[in-house]
This record gives sequence, structure tokens and C-alpha cells, in this order.
Amino acid sequence: MTRTLLQGSEAVADAAIASGCRFFAGYPMLPFTELLEHMARKLPAAGGVCINADTEIEAVNMALGAAATGARAATGSCGQGIALMQEAIAEAALNELPLVVFNMARGQQDYFQATRGGGWGDYRTITYAPKDVPEAIEHTQLLFHLADLHRAPVMMYGDYVIAHTHVGVSPIAADFGPLPDKDWALDGSAGGTGRARQIWTWARGKPNTPGVGPDQHWKDVAAKFAALEETAARHEQRLVEDADTVIVSFGTTATVVDYVVDELRADGLRVGSFRPVTLWPFPGVALAAATRAATRILVYELNAGQMLDDVRIHATDRNAIRFIGGVSQDSSGMRQGDLLDAGALRARVLSALKEGP
Amino acid sequence: MTEMRLIASASPSLLQSPDHELCPGCGHPVAWRQVLEVLEELGVADRTVIVVGHGCYTQMMRLSDLDSLQCLHGRGPAVATGVKRMLPDAVVITLSGDGDMVSEGLAEVLHTAGRGERVTSLLFNNGVFGDTGGHMTAATVVGQRTKTSLSGRDPDEHGYPIDVSRLLATIDGAAYVARGAVNTAGMAARTKKMVRRAIELQMAGAGFTFVEVLTMCPTGWFVATPAGPEYLEESMMATYGIGELKAPPR
Amino acid sequence: MSGVRGTVVMASERCKGCDLCIPACPPHVLEMSTETNGLGFHFPVLHDGCTGCAACADVCPDFVFEVWRYS
Repeated sequence: MTRTLLQGSEAVADAAIASGCRFFAGYPMLPFTELLEHMARKLPAAGGVCINADTEIEAVNMALGAAATGARAATGSCGQGIALMQEAIAEAALNELPLVVFNMARGQQDYFQATRGGGWGDYRTITYAPKDVPEAIEHTQLLFHLADLHRAPVMMYGDYVIAHTHVGVSPIAADFGPLPDKDWALDGSAGGTGRARQIWTWARGKPNTPGVGPDQHWKDVAAKFAALEETAARHEQRLVEDADTVIVSFGTTATVVDYVVDELRADGLRVGSFRPVTLWPFPGVALAAATRAATRILVYELNAGQMLDDVRIHATDRNAIRFIGGVSQDSSGMRQGDLLDAGALRARVLSALKEGP
Repeated sequence: MTEMRLIASASPSLLQSPDHELCPGCGHPVAWRQVLEVLEELGVADRTVIVVGHGCYTQMMRLSDLDSLQCLHGRGPAVATGVKRMLPDAVVITLSGDGDMVSEGLAEVLHTAGRGERVTSLLFNNGVFGDTGGHMTAATVVGQRTKTSLSGRDPDEHGYPIDVSRLLATIDGAAYVARGAVNTAGMAARTKKMVRRAIELQMAGAGFTFVEVLTMCPTGWFVATPAGPEYLEESMMATYGIGELKAPPR
Repeated sequence: MSGVRGTVVMASERCKGCDLCIPACPPHVLEMSTETNGLGFHFPVLHDGCTGCAACADVCPDFVFEVWRYS
């Protein structure tokens, strides 16, 4: 098997193009910038269009327009740039348009933003948080499929580490199964037929083809996401069956957790790990099962406590929860800091376990 | 025996219904009629996509037999960029009011023109946020009373209107920039020619094309409906002027 | 009658009484009615002398006028 040494951003770009992405727009912002650069270089040769937009707001709206024609379209940014895109992400959700949004985050402080959304309305955003570059490749392909399948914007929560790490990979083009026709897509051809198409978040339709109206449409969209909450969650867990301590983490932080769990197991501690692969839907049922017997549920994330809220909502015993994460960025503020470290994590785990019941 | 021939249908064929809820004397449907007639005459309805912002004119989208995408306030030109890049042979038209374009979406239209996107943006400018009840926009003329400039727009307090057509005419990516009006039949006919030229230039790949149409909003202007056309001439036409601001040689 | 070259068919029930057609008609053959339509508005009434120029159709916000010419 030949492997190619690829920067994470390039691997993601290649995976997007291999998935049929034909429109990409973005605005440079570290650590998302390289993804835009790779798309600018490679997407035109694949017959697609890559635009370096003048604002994040324009980038996401361009991608929304491209998606409305039925094309596989994507955009991306990080953190504060994703904040600018919230309005359009919500709009895409209410328009029921597929759209893939790549958040190459500076750290882990975007969890609330990804899962609670900052746009308007009763919508949710399916969000995948890969732990490494190979998973990012898999998730990229899957997200284009899910966006089309569910007719919704979806997000990949990548980060500085994934974006900038070079890894030897052999990408496989995955086939996730058949998808419905995009009969809702606009190409002009229904104009003048008496049955022109319309994409409108208020769903009022046209005189010949009345819509259900905003109230019913927004109920329908909310119901779609409520159903997805039951079916679309994914998680990964290790060594939880006999664990009295379970460490919960997401994204690249989970690779540090894996390492420390193995170390502590070698020292005789019954430690296991749980990570949501989808930040939304949060795998709450699985979390409750995985931590049912745990006396300590240690939440490790590089922020002031965001995923912590979801752990509190779903864990059977809230009293078992301890937060061992914290804001941790380096001095530039643009990448994870000292807490993304096995030694630091190990110390915090041991300290938490020393506490009385 | 005298024969009769139909000169004008009451309602353009590209309107599924003429029943809108706009105010008496509103200029928007007058302007939109001209646009629909151009699309019919050019025979491009079956490859036209309209991208429509938020305002009273959004009703025109709902009634029109054209593939339509309703977009976020001000974002039309950016959305249209994505549409046109994926459908290069389509006729892509954005429709905005002055609130949508000159206030909320000024960056979007300038950048889209800068990139020379082959889309046609239409601005129905009545100098007010009509849909919200008559408030000041970045295009409201000096002296205009609105609910947020009750004594009339005062430069000291409210500054001056922005002439987006004039800004666009300075941008190299803009191939055609024109301003018309619909306060008289003659003006409407002149405006129709501008819209036609803009769309033809889009189809020829000349670059970004733009037509601003001054429309009446007697409700927002606090004038009686029959006074709308004259008020438009005295206030908006006097401020902005009519004509082609930028056009390639014929 | 010499000089009569056109006529209009009006969807008067749609008219919102804005009066814009009255000054727009070059031969001045439109006059607002005394009665009101179902919406409560006065609507245009056609007198002799229509030339079928369609100026009324061009300025009407409510798509009231269908314009014909005699040939």
C-alpha cells in the first residue's frame, strides 16, 4: 500500500475534491488558511471553482448559492470567522440546503458555537470532530454524503493540529450508499412552466405551488433535527467496561487521552475513555451507559467547560463529574497550549482521583 | 372590418398571479413588470435564476414564474456568485431594495462588481426601508422624512445618502451601470431598455451589470399616492440623476 | 369615429385607486369612477379617444390594464 505524506489540510482538500466538491469559498484565517490554499490550487483542475472571498459572510453565502444549484459546495474558517457565518449556516438549515463547513479551529473553544449554533431558529448542525488526519479524511467524505442525505449544513470540527500535521495516508474513496435526487435544485429550467421552483426559509411557495408556510416549515425542520438527534450520534469508547474512572474528551485531545489511559492502566488504574465523534448529536445515551458504573467522570477539554454541559445533561451520576480541562492556548492565541500534553493530563487525572468522594 | 391586436397583457406571462399586497401607488411592481417583459422578450425565462433579498419586493419573487432563491438581507450578490459560478449559462439576477443593498449589503455588491461576476443586480431604490414601515436607509435623500428622521434627513445629524451606482461605476469589474425610474411611462420605457442591455451584457460575459430603478413609496414618504411620481422626481431624481453611468461602446 | 385607435380591458376589481394612470394617459381619456370596487377603491373609467399606447399599463402597479389596438 503506497502512502503519501500529506499535510492534514491537503488531505482534507483532496478528500473534499474526491467527494465531488465543486465549489469552495473561504477567507484566509489561521489555521484554516492552508485548506483554502490547497483548494485554490487543486479545485479548478478538478472542474470546480474556488473563490478567495472578501469576507467570511460572503464566502458562506456564495457556498449557499452554489449549493442551491445542487452542486456539492463547502466553505470554512475558524472560530471568529465561523462566528460571522452563523447567520448563513442557519439559513442553509432552514432552506434545507446541503453545505459542508470546515472549522479548522484554533483550539477547543468553539464547541458551544458548533453545537448550540449562533444563527436564528430551531436548527442543529451535525458536527463531526475527528481526532486525527485519517479520521478527518473519513469525516470529510462522510460529511458531503450526510449534507446531501439530510439536506442540511454540516460541520467538521478540525483544528490546528489536524490542519498542520503531516501524516502518511492512503485515502480510500468511500461509498456511503445512494442519495435522493436533488429535484429541489435551481437551474432556471422550471421558469415559465407555471411550476417554477423556489427556495425560501418562509416556505410560502408560489401561487401555483403553495408552500406550507413558515410555521409548518419551521416545525418540519425542527422535527427533522429532533429525529436526527436519536439516530445520528457517533462515539468511540475504550476500556469502559470495568472502569471506575472515565475520561471524556473530543477531537485531537482524545489522542492524548488514549496515551494516558494506557499509561495509567499499566500502573493498575481502572481508567477508560469516551469521546463523542459527533459533537451534535451528542451521544448522550452511549455516554450514560459507558459511565454508569464510574465513580469519576473526568471532562478534559481545552476551554472553560463547554462539552462539560453536555456531559452534565447526560451522565447518570452528575456528582461523579469533575472538570480537568481549561482554556489553554499558546502565546500566539492561535493554537492549543500546554494543557495538550500527556504529562499535564496525567497529573490532572491523578490529582482528581486523590480527592475524596 | 377592424381587427384588434393585443398590445399589452394586463399581467406579464411570467407572473403566476398579479395579486400582491403592496400599497396603492407602489413603484416596485411597475419596475418588476419591465424586468419580466425583458425576460419574456429575450426568451430566457427557462434559464433564469433570481436571487431576492428582504423587502416589499420579495412579494414579486413569490408571484413570479421563475426559479427563485430568497436570500439573507443584503447577501444577494454573494449568493448569486455561487449560483452563477455553478450555472455559467444561466441568467442570474439579484433583486434588492435600498435597505437591503445600500445599507445591509453594500460590501456584497461592491465586491461582486469588483470580481466582475457575470450577474445582473437590480436595485429598486425608494429611499426608505418600506417593509418595516418607512425608516431611513443609506440611500434616503436629504430632507426626506421617515420614522427615524422625523424632521427630514439632516446632514449634520444623519449624514448624506450613498450613491451606490456612482460607486459601482468606478469599479473596473462593472461592465454596465445605469439608473432609471418608473414614475412615468416614458421613464419606465427607458428603464426597460437599461434592464435589457444589462441582461444582454451578462449573457455576453461582459462582467457585472447593474440597474438601479427609482421607485415610488408614497406610504414611506408620507405623500398621497397620486403625488408619488412628482415627489420622486423632486427628491430622488434630483439627488441621483438618471442615465447610464457606465456602458461599453455599442 | 376617426382617431380612435385603441381600447383597454380593465380588471377593475384589482385596482387600488392610486390614480397614477390618470395623468399618465397622453390623450387624457381615463377618469376615476364615482363608484368603488370590492376593495373599496375608485377605479379608472375609459372615455373615447384611447390610442392603445399602453402608457396606463406601464405605470399601473396592480396590473389592471389589458391594452388593444384597432388596425
